[in-house]
Amino acid sequence: MALLNVTSPHLHKPGNTGAFMRQVIYATVPGIAVLTHFFGWGTLINTVLAVLTALACEAAILKIRQKPIAFYLNDYSAVVTALLLALAIPPSSPWWLTVVGTSFAIVVAKHLYGGLGMNPFNPAMIGYVLLLISFPKEMTTWLPASGVTASTEALNLLQSLQLVFTGQISGVDAFSGATPLDTFRTYAGQPEVLDTNAVLHGLMAGYGWEWVNVAFLLGGIYLIWRRIITWHIPVAMLAAIFFLSGFFNTAVDADNYGSILFHLLSGGTMLGAFFIATDPVTAATSAKGKLVYGAGIGILVYVIRSWGGYPDAVAFSVLLMNLAAPTIDYYTQPRTYGHSKPNKGLAKRS
Amino acid sequence: MSRRIWDIPGGIHPPENKAQSAGVSIRQATLPERVYIPLQQHIGAPAKPIVNVGDRVLKGQKIGEATGFVSLPVHASTSGVVEAIGLHPVQHPSQIDSVCITIKSDGEERWIERHPIPDYRAHSKKEILDRIRDAGIAGMGGAGFPSVVKLGVKSDTKIEQLILNAVECEPYITADDRLMQERADQIVAGLEIMAWLVEPKEILIGIEDNKPHAINAMRKACEGKPIDVVVVPTKYPSGGEKQLIHLLTGKEVRSGGLPADVGVVCQNTGTAYAVKRAVLDGEPLISRITTLTGDAVTHKGNYEVLLGTPVADLLLQAGLQRDRMHRLVMGGPMMGFSIHDPSVPVVKTTNCLLAPTEKEFPDPAPEQPCIRCGSCANACPVNLLPQQLYWFAKAKEFDKAAHFNLFDCIECGACAYVCPSSIPLVQYYRFAKGSIRTAEQEARKSDHARTRFEARKARHEKEEQEKELKRQERAKAAAAKQATKKEAPVKPAPVAADAAPTAVAMPATSATDTAGEPDELTKLQTAAASTMKRYKDAQKALETAEKAGSDHIDALRKKVEQLKAKADAAKDAFIAAKNAAKAEPEAHKPAHDDPLAALKQASADDFNAYKAAEEALQQAEASGSGDLESLRTQVAQLKAKSDASKAAMKEARAKEKEEIQARNAAADPVKQAKMEVAKTQVLLKKARKALEAAQASGEGDIAALTQAVQDAEAANTQAEAHLKQLEGA
Ligand code: SF4
Ligand code: SF4
Repeated sequence: MALLNVTSPHLHKPGNTGAFMRQVIYATVPGIAVLTHFFGWGTLINTVLAVLTALACEAAILKIRQKPIAFYLNDYSAVVTALLLALAIPPSSPWWLTVVGTSFAIVVAKHLYGGLGMNPFNPAMIGYVLLLISFPKEMTTWLPASGVTASTEALNLLQSLQLVFTGQISGVDAFSGATPLDTFRTYAGQPEVLDTNAVLHGLMAGYGWEWVNVAFLLGGIYLIWRRIITWHIPVAMLAAIFFLSGFFNTAVDADNYGSILFHLLSGGTMLGAFFIATDPVTAATSAKGKLVYGAGIGILVYVIRSWGGYPDAVAFSVLLMNLAAPTIDYYTQPRTYGHSKPNKGLAKRS
Repeated sequence: MSRRIWDIPGGIHPPENKAQSAGVSIRQATLPERVYIPLQQHIGAPAKPIVNVGDRVLKGQKIGEATGFVSLPVHASTSGVVEAIGLHPVQHPSQIDSVCITIKSDGEERWIERHPIPDYRAHSKKEILDRIRDAGIAGMGGAGFPSVVKLGVKSDTKIEQLILNAVECEPYITADDRLMQERADQIVAGLEIMAWLVEPKEILIGIEDNKPHAINAMRKACEGKPIDVVVVPTKYPSGGEKQLIHLLTGKEVRSGGLPADVGVVCQNTGTAYAVKRAVLDGEPLISRITTLTGDAVTHKGNYEVLLGTPVADLLLQAGLQRDRMHRLVMGGPMMGFSIHDPSVPVVKTTNCLLAPTEKEFPDPAPEQPCIRCGSCANACPVNLLPQQLYWFAKAKEFDKAAHFNLFDCIECGACAYVCPSSIPLVQYYRFAKGSIRTAEQEARKSDHARTRFEARKARHEKEEQEKELKRQERAKAAAAKQATKKEAPVKPAPVAADAAPTAVAMPATSATDTAGEPDELTKLQTAAASTMKRYKDAQKALETAEKAGSDHIDALRKKVEQLKAKADAAKDAFIAAKNAAKAEPEAHKPAHDDPLAALKQASADDFNAYKAAEEALQQAEASGSGDLESLRTQVAQLKAKSDASKAAMKEARAKEKEEIQARNAAADPVKQAKMEVAKTQVLLKKARKALEAAQASGEGDIAALTQAVQDAEAANTQAEAHLKQLEGA
């Protein structure tokens, strides 16, 4: 009988990339639940649509590239991409928006760059930015969070389906509402509005959104506990936002710059910090590099939110830092055992 | 008493699987029918057989002699008859056979006369070191580096710690564990001998906390002795030499350096035991403890095995279920090697034989793409970026891989163990390391070929010169004979001796001594004559052309002028050389000829020494990975030396060329000035480049380099001015 001849190591830790990605999927459950609670079924519908689109695109491309379809679908990376994109798209958006964004993310941002592991940019964020630039109205129209006024309720399943597939809901006229980030932006410098607007006054920060962020924070902590991600990127990113918002809010002008909690618990902060910025393929890899990378995203998020043209900025910030990740890696190599200092750059100096 | 334990980065906690074999006492393996003793069971040069086929040998008799400093003898592990000396399968990564001495056992186990040294302290260290070398003791933990090399500490190195590596961090293996439980006193005795040899400030024993029985046994054996048993947390690969040194002392061995550089000597448990047996009992290393384990083995446990016992015999004894065995590994699951042929013998480094079932060690999963999750980097004990190395290895960007410290990878496999994409990372690193080494070898080979080619060319030229000289001698002799015939028709013999000098107007010396000298002159003479002839021819052509009214006249005229200049120069050179030869025939020759030859010789010698060391290193590498640092340093030093002498030779050659050019151009100051300008220009360029590089990298003495550039600029300007002046004049 022929003996298997392989090189060491002969043992392998149980688990594979698929298991790794599945953990990420589980960790989004609290966030999805809270989004659904406040904004109705739209998020779930988006998610299903996006996942189906992603799997179909992935399978088609794998077929064209003549790769084993089942083997690659099993790594769940397409599902994760679809999921993250679906969570970033407003629950009121029409179905084709999700389909277009997801296809672009999978086909162009992932496979045209060579597939999993080869893409320099986070595919979900590429899809998101494409949609944001092409369909700014649809992408910035959110529903009012249920309970923000006495009369707002989350849409039921039927209404959500109607909205996603037909664009209107029978019997309901106004179903759009501004997010806390939008609202703050609109009324910045007008303390009388800021102080009274219900959208901005939940328990700790913007109404509804604070809980969405807490839910993603919990999911993120789960990921760190399961060692799927390390603490470096989220902590660096949140710390950057913390210090910048703290400085501008307390030392500069509270009426023009939101509070620390407002920034930490609004928009895509936590989703971005734990789920998007940590996408390993496109992030920096060494511990030091991750700190630089995360802090960079945090700074960009704050800068764009405060002075840029868009209310939220996670997608742009992540993509910009994706661009910098390889360089960060080359300059933040760890010090190898037996060397007095770490290497820098790509190749030996002569 | 608690000692500080440092932490090593990374590391993993694979399932230990030690219980299967740790509970049973060491069993004596039965005597095999035949033993196959490989001549190379260690890092370094293989031993040379000193017995012949048909010889009767006794147990413990030396049958292979060491062939160098980094080499060890081998011994018969049982008594019997030498049946063959030839190729036999051995465990080797590239599955090649190796020379083994086959001994057919006579079943009597008759020992050679043994000479114990119970009072080793009364002997000189050299005697004891010789005994350890003669006993063929190699590091028994993994790589098999000759122990004596590590123990023979130079008098100027102070050893602070002697560390006994009893960590045994690889899963499944329990050989050291059992040995410590059952023979702690003997291990400690061996350790004390080693301590006496290296005189450390402290003696430490590092054991992982998953071996409580062994820890107790060792503590008991060390009672009242200045030996510290240090318990380290269980983590793979704490038992790596450099990792253990860091754990126990906080010291880091520099990349490419040796533990002795930081005042540490590290030895393995089995080695200490073997040292005790060699010195106190007079027995060479002919057996070892090997763990037999894996689910396909019925009687798992540790066996005391004669070196050279075929693995198949041993497994049979331990109740191997052949059909359940899915692979066969020599060594542990993390760093062991697959065995391709169960007839390979047990050697000095065989600490474990692992016969797992398919369920236990499933086939590796198909490789998925790297998702840069960083798990590998978190697991790496030497702080490498495995995913980056993998990337470079895969893209064959070996220079980048080397820059990312590929050669500091200890191939522990921790990265590949954790990789969720099941990428066989270590395989990629081995491939990259191998490719880099091959490329270096190729480069060296072509260097070597060039040196050889140049040497041959030089030899050829010399032969030609000698031939030419002889021819002249013969001609002169013939002429002289003609001349002398008229007056004295006899005694033509001594003529050659004085005829040669007369031919070139040189004082009489022996023909070979002056071979280079007269030839130079002759050449110049011929050159002068031939240019003169060409000049004359051209002139004639010009005259005819002028008469015929051809339209090439201008070109021809120019050519004539050029040739005239050339002919004049050649004539001048000839005259100058002749005068020089006349004026200082003695001083001229050695300055011109000998030093270069000497340099050439030195360069070749250094190169050969370097080559030899390199070969030793390669052999070492081929036979395993690990303790190669000292060899590598040696090779690096020799390479540096060889490069230096080569550079010296090149410089000398360049200088000589310059001299010749200068001599040729002596007649023409403009040409000389032009050469000077070119030379200063080159120097300036070089200086500028150095400065730029330094500025870009931020390293080096920028101020000094800037000064150098300014100096070069000044020299260049001066040379140019000089040239202009001459041209203007
Ligand atoms: S563990 Fe494997 S998948 Fe993860 S970064 Fe390392 S090589 Fe890539
Ligand atoms: S095999 Fe090399 S790269 Fe991988 S963990 Fe071990 S030392 Fe690090």
